[in-house]
Amino acid sequence: MRINPRAEQAFVRAVLWTLTAITVLILVYIIVFVLRKGIPALSWDFLTKNPVDMGKGGGIFSTIVATIVLTAGAILIAAPLGVGTAIYLTEYTWEGPVTRIIRFGAECLAGIPSIIFGLFGFILFVTKLRFGWSILSGSLTLAFMILPTIIRTSEEAIKSVPPVYRTVSFSLGGTKWQTVTRVVVPSALPGIVTGVILSVGRSIGETAAVIFTAGSALRLPTSIFSSSRTMSVHFYILAREGISMPNAYGTAAVLIIAILAINLLTYYLMNRFIKKYS
Amino acid sequence: MTNDIAIEVRGFSQFFGQVRKLKALDLDVRRNEIFGIIGPARSGKSTFLCALNRLNDLVRGSCHEGTIRIEGRDIYEPGVDVVALRRQLGMVFATPVPLPRSIFENVAFGARRAGIRGRARLDSLVRDSLEKGGLWEEVKDRLDTSGLKLSGGQQQRLCLARILAVAPEFILLDEPTSGLDPISTMKIEESLRRLKKEYTIVLVTNNTKQAARVADRTAFFLNGELVEVGPTAKIFTAPDDTRTDDYLRGRFG
Repeated sequence: MRINPRAEQAFVRAVLWTLTAITVLILVYIIVFVLRKGIPALSWDFLTKNPVDMGKGGGIFSTIVATIVLTAGAILIAAPLGVGTAIYLTEYTWEGPVTRIIRFGAECLAGIPSIIFGLFGFILFVTKLRFGWSILSGSLTLAFMILPTIIRTSEEAIKSVPPVYRTVSFSLGGTKWQTVTRVVVPSALPGIVTGVILSVGRSIGETAAVIFTAGSALRLPTSIFSSSRTMSVHFYILAREGISMPNAYGTAAVLIIAILAINLLTYYLMNRFIKKYS
Repeated sequence: MTNDIAIEVRGFSQFFGQVRKLKALDLDVRRNEIFGIIGPARSGKSTFLCALNRLNDLVRGSCHEGTIRIEGRDIYEPGVDVVALRRQLGMVFATPVPLPRSIFENVAFGARRAGIRGRARLDSLVRDSLEKGGLWEEVKDRLDTSGLKLSGGQQQRLCLARILAVAPEFILLDEPTSGLDPISTMKIEESLRRLKKEYTIVLVTNNTKQAARVADRTAFFLNGELVEVGPTAKIFTAPDDTRTDDYLRGRFG
């Protein structure tokens, strides 16, 4: 039996629209749910006071600081490594067995559950290298965890730079390095930044890898060797141990708002950047 | 007349892997002439240009035989500064490719890479180059807009101005007007006639009439071979080789 093309078109459209709507609804539901439960706990004091009594009272200031420092550390380590690897793979070597092995390795790394990274970080950084439960151990572990994402997205972004840009740069007497830094990377920047932002989001939300490596001390971190508790770990402990559900949701609300804000800000900056250069 | 040969090609073959793209070419380009190269698609014209500024080096598995001497120096000798060589031979491509930056920065790109600094110096360099490229009047009020916003013909003149800013001695053009309308084409050709006083120009074109209009001497390439080379008038009116005649009469290609 043949279906009338117009009916088919309408049917497919309806199905796809429904699927999209379901996705958006689930997302909106989660956000609204967390915000509704969490916003009552939010106040200036909640954001600026340290937790008291294991988190039953007070705010979450120290966990906000810990989250920012840990994430910044992870990005500072992983971004240069990842972007550098991507540049090497795309610009400085021909496609061959070696690049395939590196890429395969990175992809395997991406598939490893974060708790395994946590365990690895615990064994290597916390115990073997004696960094202890610390921001340093946590940042290094997170860095390894997000490295594959950064490599992959940077590589895709660099590959999508039109090859003629390179030819033009060379023909105008640009060296290899100048071509990479002045032409290729600026053109690939929106893609690279997107990858980095995805990684920021993952780092902020990561719990398993962090709890094993950065620990869960509630005081304000004073150095990279301080143990500290990020917002997501704080949320986990508050909820898991039944310390304070309102504060747990308050923390979750701050987390979600922070991630949304970072995404919006990045899109805004990228749009401005793209408008300026094209 | 003292030695007026600027580019001397002897027995030059270009390989990409197993494929021999250029076959034992012998030809000379004289100083301050427009040297036209005509021939059907895939006859090796562009490959020849990219052999002159060693852009072929960027292709995986490329190698060559024979020699190319530019101003008497073998450009494939070990120890040749390829970056300096490419500055010496500016190249305009078939499709205009402005870099995704402002008009000013497009023109200043090569100069900046060569280490030229200072606003005043760059300003005057950009102005001179755009004037020589015949684009200054049209863009002087919007140098900071993106080069991508210009029309096709303007973009191509921008690309021409961009290489002039690097102060080359040679200009290589790879079908520079293939995507342009007749008026834009005319403007480019005018620029070329002016520029040949200062530069030696190699013009690859698949528009034979363009070669007839602007080239002093013309070479006909076919399947990577040089079929014949000579004064443009002779190539177009009394070619020695029947294949040249056939091509010009549109029997193939």
